[in-house]
Amino acid sequence: MDTYALLLAATLNAGTVLAIAGLGLLVNERSGIVNLGAEGMMLVAAIAGFATAVHTGSDWLAFGAGALAGAIMAGAFGVLVIWLNTNQYATGLALSLFGSGFSAFVGIHYTQERLESRPHFAVPWLSDIPFFGPALFRQHPMVYLTILFTVGLTWFLYRSRAGLVLRAVGESPESAHALGYPVRRIRLIAVMCGGALCGVAGAYISVVYTPLWVEGMVAGKGWIALALTTFATWRPSRILLGAYLFGGVTMLQFHLQGEGVAISSQLLTMLPYLATIGVLVLISRNPVWIRANMPASLGKPFFPGS
Amino acid sequence: MTTSTRRSVLRATAFGSVAMAAALVGCSKKEEAPSTSVAASAAAAAAPASGASAPLKIAFAYLGPVGDGGWTFAHDNGRKALEKELGSQVETKFVESVPESADAERVFRDMVAQGNTLIFGTSFGYMEPMLKVAADNKGVHFEHATGYKTADNMRVYDNRTYEGAYMAGVIAGGMTKTNTIGVVGSIPIPEVIRNIDSYTLGAQSVNPKVKVKVVWVNEWFNPPKETEGAQSLIDGGADVLLQNTDSSAVLQTAEKNGKYAFGWDSDMTHYGPKAHLASAVNNWGPYYIKAAKDALAGTWTTGHTWWGVKEGAIDLVSISDKVPADLKAKVDKVKAGLKDGSFAIWKGPIASNDGKEQVKAGTTADDAFLGSIKFFVKGVEGQVPGAK
Repeated sequence: MDTYALLLAATLNAGTVLAIAGLGLLVNERSGIVNLGAEGMMLVAAIAGFATAVHTGSDWLAFGAGALAGAIMAGAFGVLVIWLNTNQYATGLALSLFGSGFSAFVGIHYTQERLESRPHFAVPWLSDIPFFGPALFRQHPMVYLTILFTVGLTWFLYRSRAGLVLRAVGESPESAHALGYPVRRIRLIAVMCGGALCGVAGAYISVVYTPLWVEGMVAGKGWIALALTTFATWRPSRILLGAYLFGGVTMLQFHLQGEGVAISSQLLTMLPYLATIGVLVLISRNPVWIRANMPASLGKPFFPGS
Repeated sequence: MTTSTRRSVLRATAFGSVAMAAALVGCSKKEEAPSTSVAASAAAAAAPASGASAPLKIAFAYLGPVGDGGWTFAHDNGRKALEKELGSQVETKFVESVPESADAERVFRDMVAQGNTLIFGTSFGYMEPMLKVAADNKGVHFEHATGYKTADNMRVYDNRTYEGAYMAGVIAGGMTKTNTIGVVGSIPIPEVIRNIDSYTLGAQSVNPKVKVKVVWVNEWFNPPKETEGAQSLIDGGADVLLQNTDSSAVLQTAEKNGKYAFGWDSDMTHYGPKAHLASAVNNWGPYYIKAAKDALAGTWTTGHTWWGVKEGAIDLVSISDKVPADLKAKVDKVKAGLKDGSFAIWKGPIASNDGKEQVKAGTTADDAFLGSIKFFVKGVEGQVPGAK
């Protein structure tokens, strides 16, 4: 019983990184911009967050630094893509490559650093409940914030005026422009918010999840978050589900390996990807539903006045 | 911004970057010109004076960044030791993060073109690219780490990392309270399986009841995945962890959970001071010095070198004060036995975990057997991935 409680706890922890990055990319893509530079942004944010944590000792300042780094990089990307109308996919890839190299360059002097051991977090009364206590209530506060943020984002997108405008810009920027909304400024804000969230995810990796810095330490989580956003058909709750599913099956396959299960470890390593793709495709297999949810102007450049 | 403004902005940027690039190229050429002429005149002056030749140019290709604190860090320390020992007789360069693909071939050809005559490739995956480049450049010596294919001008070198794993196992067997220890494995090749088995044999030599759990990350380097693997081992009851991966993530996870772990490839003490019991390190300095001396003296021949504790290539360092004195004494005894050749780790009887006898009683496994191990010894849980 205890093992399953620990497995559940590990799932929440592992899924949080993907969830935060995925939600950031969701905000991005809801405005019609595809930002393939997620991995690069997360890496730069990871070194920014780690360096801040080393010098100040504060986790939250580190998250802030990561968010700032992500927002700046996304801002540069936004200017190129929104005002100069460069191809979004190519620019995103360039951002990703730049982020990898830049973070490695800046981080050269931080590879020998380490952070002080973190305190153990536990919600005061709830964490003593027999099974659910250790399973759910001994996590870093960011885990709970992610869940709250998903609820908040769902409300924002579907129940608030600002969210409606964002979705409108993503569906039909020409119509929004005709109605007088500053389409390009809205898109830039969305891109920078998305970048900030990816930055928080990157800082979370280097400060809480694996508290160290080595070149390339995000190791592909940015790309997984990008795929997650698409498979979850741009709905926040499904991104959260997909992130936890992916994290959960990853920990499960390690658990199975440790138990000596007679399935090859390479097949087990494939499981998280197969499970997440499988479940999300099954949930979202209605083609009308997919078309209804995908922002119609995703990836297309917008020329006001043309 | 209208289309014409955009075009003019792009044009200006293009001109600007081309101008900058030209300036940089021009500047660097100017720097190189005086230095080569200085070197040429110095060499011309030195040659008749002492008859000494120009420094031996040596190049290293690294799999990861020097800052990984693990595998590549150890190789770079070996390179630095080589520079310190041979000083002006050698001139070393390195290229980091060379991928194990066709790109590696380009890097090796580049190194040859730059005049390097002794080239080290520090990862298994460079084998085929190095063979190709070696075939085209008979006058250059190639050294491949952890491989098995050789040529007239390419030889193989390796370290007996399993000796470090065995000594770590001795400590693990004595320090575990749950009688379950774990290994975060990288890729299921004989080298890693041998390390897992030796870790187990070492632990069993002080604690016959110990069990070993293994998880595979299927990569040499992936800190988040290494963290997840280590966490799942700890959740499964293991309290002393060994790793065969290249970052300090496993040690950090053990520290976070209040368990023990070992440093691997380099001294990782300061990444997890409370959890760190010892570090099994690779000391590449002695071999690199020997290889360079061979090349300088003209006695370089092909072959297969496999060095261990005896030659100073492997060591278990920074043993923590938490390890009790009698356990430390046992490790010292093993180390001394390995140094003078009186102790053999793979001495029979050794059985695999499916019951078959692999090494008969009274015999010692030879290097050929050790080089192709594909089974887990008794005490390790699970099957070797991909083995029949």
